[in-house]
Amino acid sequence: MTPPSIAELFLRFCLISVMAVGGASAVLPEMHRQIVEVNGWISSAEFATLYAITQAAPGPNVLIVSLIGWKLAGITGAIVTTIAMCGPTSLLAFGVGKLWDRFSHSPWRKAIERGLAPITIGLIFGSGCLLVKTAGMAGQAWTIYVLAGASALASYYSRLNPLWWLALAAVLGMALF
Amino acid sequence: MSLPATETVVPTKRQLFLGFFKTGISGFGGVLPHARRMLVDDQRWLTDRQFTELLGLGQGLPGPNIVNMSVVIGARFHGWHGSVCAVAGLMLAPLVIVLALANIYEQFADSAMLNHALTGIAAAAAGLILATSARLAVRMDRNIWSFLTLLAAFLAIVWLHLPLLTVLFVLAPISITCGWLSVRREQKEKGDS
Repeated sequence: MTPPSIAELFLRFCLISVMAVGGASAVLPEMHRQIVEVNGWISSAEFATLYAITQAAPGPNVLIVSLIGWKLAGITGAIVTTIAMCGPTSLLAFGVGKLWDRFSHSPWRKAIERGLAPITIGLIFGSGCLLVKTAGMAGQAWTIYVLAGASALASYYSRLNPLWWLALAAVLGMALF
Repeated sequence: MSLPATETVVPTKRQLFLGFFKTGISGFGGVLPHARRMLVDDQRWLTDRQFTELLGLGQGLPGPNIVNMSVVIGARFHGWHGSVCAVAGLMLAPLVIVLALANIYEQFADSAMLNHALTGIAAAAAGLILATSARLAVRMDRNIWSFLTLLAAFLAIVWLHLPLLTVLFVLAPISITCGWLSVRREQKEKGDS
């Protein structure tokens, strides 16, 4: 497959960013669809690895976008995709933030929030399922499903920093696989 | 806005950068919980209530939530300079770290040990996202249209693999209308009582 041009990467991620209701975690399936399924620029397993690397590093979840850019076009790609993912929506946030006091009590704001909430949750749930599936492709699928389920329960029921679950999973990964 | 529970402090641009810098490098699996601790508890730039309002704003707008919040908080104190300081503080160090990690990974990509560790991390990270969606779901309004919208979005993406743009164009107008009707009904009930 021919890798995308910098301009194409930029435009794609601009478009993905404006669809990111619920943040970067909600658009993982859309990124996977465009980058892996439709264009075949990276494999599903590579996608899972890149996501795992962002989780092993501190920082916002949006960094997966930077790593996809890096994989496709090096450092330039990383910078371009990060700016594309954060730039246009930051401008929007800047504008809306200024008008916020006027908006904050409008019934429309409440209606939009209420309307988008279930879509967001459905998308984030979809992201979780996609990540379980892509992780499972690394082999021993059922062990991976159990590990993902255990991590979901652990982080749902405890307030411990997720870093500990990720570290434990890394050790378990080395021991089990 | 009601009186703040505690006195809030106005940060300098340098403090904005440093505060978000610290938040960025201390958050694993997402930085929102750390942002709350920094903004409300440690630095007292915002009251708890202001934080919740800004969180709603950051989540309601498209784009990375925490970046949206940093933009708005930075702008509140120092205009667009403040936004740049906050976002740069949040993003720069994690970006450098994650790229460094990715480069290190390239060097050792053949190591079975490393790949097994990453497979473990990938599984756990997937679990963290599932937990996030569960946490959001239990707080969601319990009514039939919310549940059906959630289910439709999930199936359209995971099962039908539809483009997100299509899904949003179909679902968002319907669910926002439902949201509007439920807000109206509440207002009417309030008016009656």
